[in-house]
Amino acid sequence: MGLLNPAFWTFVAVIAGIYAIMALGLYVQFSLAGLPNFGHVAFMAVASYTMAILIVRYGVPLPLAGAAGIGASIILALIMGVPALRLRADYLAIATVAGGEIIRYLALNLPDLTGGPIGSIGLLGPGDIATYNQEWQAFLDMLGRLAAPIFGRMPSRDLVMALLIWGLAIVLIWLGWLLERSPWGRVLEAIREDETAAVAVGKNIVAFKMQALILGAILAGMAGLLLAWEIGVFSPDDYQPTLTFYAYLILILGGMNRIWAIPVGSILFSLMYTGTRFLNFYPLSLFDSGSRAFLRLFLVGLLLVLFMAFKPEGLLGDRRRLLLEK
Amino acid sequence: MLQQLAQLVVNGLITGTILALTGVGATLVFGIQRIANFAHGEYLTFGAYVGLFLNVDAGQSLPVATVGAILATGLLALALHFAVLRPLRNRGLVAMSLVTVGLGLMLRDLLFMIAGPRIRQLRIDQTAVFDLGLVRISPGQLAAIIMTVVVAPAVAFFLAKTTIGKSMRAVADNRDLASVAGIDVERIGAYVWFLAGALAGIGGIMFAVVQGTFDPNLGYQVLFLVFTTVVLGGIGSAYGALVAGFILGLAMELSTWSGFAGGLEPRFKPVLAFVALIGLLLYRPQGLFGKARIV
Repeated sequence: MGLLNPAFWTFVAVIAGIYAIMALGLYVQFSLAGLPNFGHVAFMAVASYTMAILIVRYGVPLPLAGAAGIGASIILALIMGVPALRLRADYLAIATVAGGEIIRYLALNLPDLTGGPIGSIGLLGPGDIATYNQEWQAFLDMLGRLAAPIFGRMPSRDLVMALLIWGLAIVLIWLGWLLERSPWGRVLEAIREDETAAVAVGKNIVAFKMQALILGAILAGMAGLLLAWEIGVFSPDDYQPTLTFYAYLILILGGMNRIWAIPVGSILFSLMYTGTRFLNFYPLSLFDSGSRAFLRLFLVGLLLVLFMAFKPEGLLGDRRRLLLEK
Repeated sequence: MLQQLAQLVVNGLITGTILALTGVGATLVFGIQRIANFAHGEYLTFGAYVGLFLNVDAGQSLPVATVGAILATGLLALALHFAVLRPLRNRGLVAMSLVTVGLGLMLRDLLFMIAGPRIRQLRIDQTAVFDLGLVRISPGQLAAIIMTVVVAPAVAFFLAKTTIGKSMRAVADNRDLASVAGIDVERIGAYVWFLAGALAGIGGIMFAVVQGTFDPNLGYQVLFLVFTTVVLGGIGSAYGALVAGFILGLAMELSTWSGFAGGLEPRFKPVLAFVALIGLLLYRPQGLFGKARIV
């Protein structure tokens, strides 16, 4: 696909929008509640797997299966809440990334439940190709037909998806912004700044942190479902821990503690991430296209280190309200 | 069944040694630098690839390649300490964790770019088997046993008897007290990074010869086993990590013994270790031997 192909950029826009919702979930957990969740990807994995299994194996209608997927994320958040609310920051980081890896290993090694290493396509067993997103595509087509008069022609599925996702992302970020400024958000800020003081004024810290964890899990679950519907087939490999760190990088690129900077971060990240495929000039042309996939991940790591070193509050962040010091 | 048990004990001891040696380095770093080093796994990978380069591309013998890997990885750890981790160390726990995650991604993907994603192996006969009656061991396992017999007592002696080794344990146990007692904490910190890198280098070589084949994901796959070893032994406790490595290695292998109600399927071994890690962090963060105190 070329640099000038609009279909490619539409796809980039879809992915950027999904990543924005994923990062918003992390924002609620990390930036608002101060929980360094390094296993964010697990919420996306359980939501996608629950949804796909219900649709493929039991013929559950898509809206219901999606809701069940979100429900699974919430249950995982309740389980993760036990360590999340008790551990010191760095132990929590280790425990959550290990928790995410448990989910991925189970998905990889329980083929009867999850389709094993080949992923969702193997949900019906070998020889039978399983798909779970016909209903979603039909839904997009229906929206496309409704929108056709506006565009003067039938818009592509990806274009409909991009508009839908960005509309959703902006509404969710707006809601998050309201929440951050609400009394609830202020309590979380107080807990983050000084837990003892928050307890002293009678706030139930555990309940507030749990709520933030669940809210973040719901958002991650939504992002996971949308990503699964967009890519059409997924496998345990799609839920590597690196996905969680994409979310961190998006928060850092935009601004650690500015909720409206999340779209900026996700767009920058997606441009960087997809843009590397066009970096085929010397000396980068020495790497073949396969190696350039690793170059992307290398850049993700490099940007994490550079931002932490020189601009830990992010491009648009506020240094005074930084919570990495813990 | 008894034969299987003996075989699992041997395998467990070998895995255990690797975890014990790498765990000692990681626990001292954790204790002294207060860093959960998410890039530690990549130090193992780096060691394995330096060994691969020396052994396969440069045609050196395995012992020479091992020494080269130890030195190179020690220097890498030292370089990253001085260039990145030391200047940033006041950034807080979460920021430092993210920095080491970033370093790990950089190292791993640099190796992927340079060495390629294909599966590699060191120059060691993978097909031969030594039959010792009750157990069979591969030449890779034999090499690992030889390295263990040389390195493990040396490390234990170093930590127990030498001034630097004692200082390392003192700083890891209580930084302020060690400093008051006249130990140059900064200098010891640098030595610890070199030791941790060197032990990760040998750990990488040992994993490479025991597994037979490897790719640049080698170290990442064992990172959490190393973390589990560190936490099990008590963070900062070198002897704890030595013992914990063996316990973890044996426990993981023996869990698959058919004598235990059919045994756990081998593919679930990592899950078992991760569950143990989370459980330990929650209920016994001071480790098996640690004193209950604020950790």
